Order: sequence, then C-alpha cells, then structure tokens
Amino acid sequence: MEDTDHLILTPNIDGADDFYADLLAAHDGLSKAESDALNARLVLVLANHIGDRSILKQALKAAARHPQ
Amino acid sequence: MNKIFEEPMYPYSRHADQDAARPVRHKVVVIGAGPVGLAAAVDLAQQGVAVVVLDDNDRVSTGSRAICFAKRPLEILDRLGCGQPMVDKGVQWNVGKVFFDERQVYEFNLLPEDGHKRPAFINLQQYYLEAQLVERIRELQQQGAQIEIRGRNKVTEIDAQPDHVALEIDTPDGPYGLEADWLIACDGASSPTRRMLGLDFVGRVFEDNFLIADVVMEADFPTERWFWFDPPFNRGQSALLHKQPDGVWRIDLQLGWDIDKEREKRPENVIPRLKAMLGEEVEFQLEWVSIYTFQCRRMEKFRHGRVIFAGDSAHQVSPFGARGANSGLQDSDNLCWKLALVLDGKAPDSLLDSYDAERIQGADENILNSSRSTDFITPKSEMSRILRDAVLDLSEHHPFARPLVNSGRLSVPCIHDGSPLNSADALDGPARSRPGAPCPDAPLDDGFLLDHLGGEFILLTINADAPDLIQEAGISVRRLALSTQANTHSALKERYLGDNASAVYLIRPDQHVAARRPSYDDNLIRQAIRRATGKE
Repeated sequence: MEDTDHLILTPNIDGADDFYADLLAAHDGLSKAESDALNARLVLVLANHIGDRSILKQALKAAARHPQ
Repeated sequence: MNKIFEEPMYPYSRHADQDAARPVRHKVVVIGAGPVGLAAAVDLAQQGVAVVVLDDNDRVSTGSRAICFAKRPLEILDRLGCGQPMVDKGVQWNVGKVFFDERQVYEFNLLPEDGHKRPAFINLQQYYLEAQLVERIRELQQQGAQIEIRGRNKVTEIDAQPDHVALEIDTPDGPYGLEADWLIACDGASSPTRRMLGLDFVGRVFEDNFLIADVVMEADFPTERWFWFDPPFNRGQSALLHKQPDGVWRIDLQLGWDIDKEREKRPENVIPRLKAMLGEEVEFQLEWVSIYTFQCRRMEKFRHGRVIFAGDSAHQVSPFGARGANSGLQDSDNLCWKLALVLDGKAPDSLLDSYDAERIQGADENILNSSRSTDFITPKSEMSRILRDAVLDLSEHHPFARPLVNSGRLSVPCIHDGSPLNSADALDGPARSRPGAPCPDAPLDDGFLLDHLGGEFILLTINADAPDLIQEAGISVRRLALSTQANTHSALKERYLGDNASAVYLIRPDQHVAARRPSYDDNLIRQAIRRATGKE
C-alpha cells in the first residue's frame, strides 16, 4: 500500500539522470539572479503540487543542512 | 468649506465637578474620545453605567486615519446604534488589484458570503465614525443616560489605588481632581496613561513609516483596492490606493524606517511622488498628509487593577489588514459587558481578567498576521525577496500562487478557543460557531440574527425546547427560539446546526458563543452561565 503520510526519501524518479539533466538545462544561460529566481519558482510550484503541510514540513527538515 | 474635523464637536464648558470641595467620584472614566473610547462610553451608557469621557482635544480626529471597517466591528456598531449611518455613508468594495513592478499581476474579488446584514468591509474616514459616536452620545443624553464628554480636559496625573483611581485634570479654567471606580485608557499608541503609570509597551517587532495622503481627485478610478509591490514610483516599497466617500482617495506610500519625516511631509516632496503614481495629467488636491510611524507590539497585560487599556494604547500593529480601529472596537465590545456586570455586583472583578486573556489572544493574532504581511511586503533578506518576487511572478499566470500574496490579511474576529468563559463544546456542530466564536450572522424571516441578539445574555434554541427566561446567580438569560422549519433560509442550519437536528446556544452579551449543546439541560446551562460570568 502507498504510504502518503511520509516524505519519500528513497529513489522515486524514473530516469533520474534525465531529470537531473532537465534541471540543469533549465538553468542554462541564466545569470545567478535568474537562476535563484527560477529555483524559487520551482520550489513554490512543487510545494503547491504536494500540498500536504506535514509532507512539506518533513521536506523542509530533510533539506536543512543539519537535520535534527 | 470647513471640514468636519475643523469644528469643535464637544467644546469645553465648565463642569460643577470643577467647583466641588473634594474630587467627585464617578463609576467609569474613559480617557480618549477616539473610536474606541467613544464606543466604550456608548456601550456602557446603553447598559445603564454612568460614564465620563475626557479628551484633551474638542473635535474629531484630523484626516482619514483608520479607513477600513470590517464586518464584525460594523456588527458591534449596529449594537451601539451607529452601524446603519456608517454603512450608508461608507464605500463598499469587493475588487482588488495587485501590481508588481510595472504591471498588474492579478485581480481578485472578495466574493463575500451571502446572508450577512453587513458587508465584508466599508471604507470610511475615521472622523465620520467619531462624529457618529458623538451624535449617539447626544442622543443617549437626551434619553437621560448618564454619559458625558468633556473636551479640553487633559489628564496630567493618575494615582491608581486598589479601590479607585484618582485623576488630576488640566482645563482652560485650571486644574481639578476627579476619581473613578474604574478607568479605561483609550488614549492611543503613545498613551499618556501608560507613560504616567510607568507601564511598558513590550515586544517591539519592527518599525516602519508610511506617507499617508488624502487626495481629492477629478479622476475616475474605480472603487477598488489597488496595491503595488515595488512600483517604479516607490522603489523597494509598497503603495496602496483606496477610495473613500466625498471623492477623497486614500494613498499610503511605505517609506521604510530610516527617513527624515519632516522632509518627506513637505508638499514639494509629496506631490512629485503622487504625480508619479497617479499620472502627470491627473488633477488632484491634497487634503491631508501625515507620516504614520508604527511599531508592532503590545502591553504585557491590558488590565492593571482598576485601570484597563483598550485599543492602540494596549497594542499596535502595522496598517496592513486594517487591524487597528477594528481590533480596538472588539476590545471595547469584550470589556464593557464584563465591567457593567462587575459594577452591578453580578460578577466578581476577576471576570475582567478574561478581558486580558481574550483580547491579548486577539492582539497576538493581529500582530502575527501583521508581521507576516510585513515580511512579505518588506523582505528582510535577499532570499526572502527572491521568494517573494517568485510568488508575485507566478501569481500572474498561476492561481495557486495568489493565496500566498500577502498585502495584508484583512481583519477577521478572533475565536476565543480556550477562553476561561467557554464551556466544553457539547455539539458536533459547525466549527465557525464553536464556543469562543463570534456568532455568524444569518438571515431570518424577520431580519437578521444578530439584530435579535442585542447586547444581553441569550439562550438561542433551534428546534429545541427551553425556558423562556433563566435566572442564574443574578444573570437573566432570555430565550430566542428559532426553528429551521419556520425559517426558509438555509444559512441558520448551515452555520449553527450542521448535521444536528437541534441545538441550544448560550450567547454572551458581546455575541460570542459561551456554550452549545444538542438540547437544553438545566444544570449544564446554569453551570455555563456561571462560567461565562467568571463564577466557576
């Protein structure tokens, strides 16, 4: 059964290398400021897709440099 | 033509108290004839409490100041006999536009919920509210109520004793003394009362300055709220354009915290800013310009023995979200019935501690909302600006980002969850009418629900039996019997019953729910009445 209460931290993207290449390609030719803005928009778009506040909290924790 | 705020509205006249051999004692003295002080005085007088309002001025406030009045405060003003003229005079608006940099990113419609007597908001200059309340005081005086307003009576000393408060007052005829059983300090953000009593105003969160201008314009801007983030005419800051009655437009330009106030206020500096905003070709006249500096903070406690603070004297927030006068009116609404019961010997004075608990909760909610708006409007770090700009960019094309845009979360009343006056929720009913919540309005066959509640304890029964009058520990509770069968409107059912067939609500004089159950239970309702009056 699918676990929807926990943030997925195991491999979950089909074609991981392709996704990573897409991510880099999105930043191609952008200045640092433009890239920062793109990242910010991307975070917001993905966060809205997830929607679930508890998952988002877990994601914020997982992304923090020193997770407690 | 003279403006309403240029005429003395309660001119000084010598009072017999000034010739008394020793200071005359009054039940309640209110310091400050702003919206909150005047509302408190009207409320108390309507409940038969003698009250004296002192103000160092003799007229309503200059300039528009608080301009946006939300539904709940309008409902409170209805109870005070001032709601209708406010709504008749005020400007109603539903459409807002949000601009970022040089472009409009989106527009919204508030789409207020149907079935409420009062609109979500009206725009009206503060001086009209004050004038309306003064008129109401005159009306109450004619009906024999003991309510007075003494202009040019400046309080210079306050001696707070355990059983009374002694005041020294300066007038054009010289000083005199006065005593009060209770003192309500509604003397504004820089409250002299607070200073004289040496009380702190703690928790300063941030400070900002706004250039506030009332502009009379020929131009025909629509009746909408326009908000700019980082516009070309006010780089790095925000701007707001709002319509008021009489062809007056209100413009707020954020200036930041480190500015030369006197310089910014000069017409030669103001006019170019406004021209850049409105367009070179627009003809306008400046009616009033002011620099508004605010901090976001509150007193640690609002009640200090027999001195009680209400409105800006107790708490200050940013102007985003219209939470100043709106929350002050809710302070007064919360306080006055409690004070009237205490003065009448029908409740212990510890009931007033619930004012502290409930209105500090309200102030904290306002400060939280207002701090978040400020963080969005004035990002404090590079990354917070990048995220803010990303939200605004996305909002232009994607609806999901629009709820994240924060140009002020407009004032909604506080739900007093956990208040010591609440009884445990015994109805699996709608969350919006749970104990601690202000009663949502609902249309009935003969008007609106809130008009039937008035300003006393009410037992609202919906499809349920109960005594028509309950007397408990000196408190009379009148029954308001409604039935969803007789009532053709569905709002009452949706807002008070949910899936239940019947319900019984104990409602406080400030129209907040104290208790609710599926049916009448004599013991439990009596217990709830005692609890709601500080006796349990």
